[in-house]
Amino acid sequence: MTGIKHHISDDLLMGYAAGALPHAFDLVVASHVSMSDDARARLAGYEAMGGVVLSDMNEARIAEDSLERTLAKIAGAPNRKAPARPENGIFPEPLRNVVGGDADAVKWRSLGLGAKQCVLQSDDGASARLLYIPAGQAMPEHGHRGMELTLVLQGAYRDEADRFARGDVEFADQTTDHTPVAEGDVDCICLVATDQRLRFKGLLPRIAQPFIGI
Amino acid sequence: MSNDHAEHVRSDASSSPLDAVLARRPQRRDGPVTPTEKTELEWVACVTAIAKDEDQAAFARLFRHFAPRVKAFLIKSGADESLAEECMQDVMATLWQKAHLYDASRASVATWIFTIARNRKIDLLRRYARPEPEELPWGPEREPDQADVMALQEDSERLAAAIRQLPEKQRNLIERAYFGDLTHSEIAAETGLPLGTIKSRIRLALERLRRAMS
Repeated sequence: MTGIKHHISDDLLMGYAAGALPHAFDLVVASHVSMSDDARARLAGYEAMGGVVLSDMNEARIAEDSLERTLAKIAGAPNRKAPARPENGIFPEPLRNVVGGDADAVKWRSLGLGAKQCVLQSDDGASARLLYIPAGQAMPEHGHRGMELTLVLQGAYRDEADRFARGDVEFADQTTDHTPVAEGDVDCICLVATDQRLRFKGLLPRIAQPFIGI
Repeated sequence: MSNDHAEHVRSDASSSPLDAVLARRPQRRDGPVTPTEKTELEWVACVTAIAKDEDQAAFARLFRHFAPRVKAFLIKSGADESLAEECMQDVMATLWQKAHLYDASRASVATWIFTIARNRKIDLLRRYARPEPEELPWGPEREPDQADVMALQEDSERLAAAIRQLPEKQRNLIERAYFGDLTHSEIAAETGLPLGTIKSRIRLALERLRRAMS
């Protein structure tokens, strides 16, 4: 839980809190938050804003038998189950749920030279994949046509910007030109979300200009 | 909501689980319990009563307050009337089923319900199960520290007050972000709102939780 040096941005956490991120990015954020109490606390702050929005809603008219029907749903639902105990793997729970297990359950496809990948999901132009880079090797060529969010799960890599180890996230876009190299003796495994639809030009326009200086 | 429910709710007021919470209120805090604070703590007490005693009267109280707001939130988020009603009932049923996971030192009840509603909304409107961070459960006998609970509920109320004082235009932007009207690239987390205290408070609560779990 400790030792994370590269944290996720507030914009992405607020986007996740609001439910506005593409599916692939939800997976990376949920995985990172599972590994970082700092991110969890910051996320909770943005969720608290959502709580206020909910509290201040005008009341909608609900069905006459709404409560009865809800109680019936509760009575008919299977018993609540306790959350699973964290396992001793390298994948946080949200990722384990998608993969169906830990790193040994991944169905890798070779990219050549020992590098492997596994596309976990792809829709709406956004995709999430696992990348496996043997120690000492460079990541396969990949352009950033949109934004890219990388979470390190095992090992570490270094690029022009810095060194990224387990739990760290790196945000890149098409202005970022980096060549990550897996460092040390341990093969590097990363979870990467990319969104091809976005161009940097429109990214993060500060609509909140008026917010600053309140 | 029919009058029956109101009766049901009122008859329960004398045996409110809130009294037990207020009785445990830490001595070192100064000043009277404010009405809003009392309301916040009342919701906390209701969730606790559901988790511990499957208290249907407590559930009815929460339902009467939150169900119309959850439904309004879903309608604003793009659900039509019947989908919003159905989805709201699912949200309230989930509240019952997950009551044992609610941690009042990390979220107000409104915030917690918001997260359930947001997730259900994504399930239904975007048709995928949203990846969620690993749950951090309390042990079977552990309860959050009452001082932490009081402090967090106060912070939430302060945040609500700050949001209510924002100029209309900025409030609208925040609401639209949480209704899902803004794309993630339009969301800027720099809101100028007092989120710092709430985040540090939750960070401390997480540290205590980690210590208790280890």
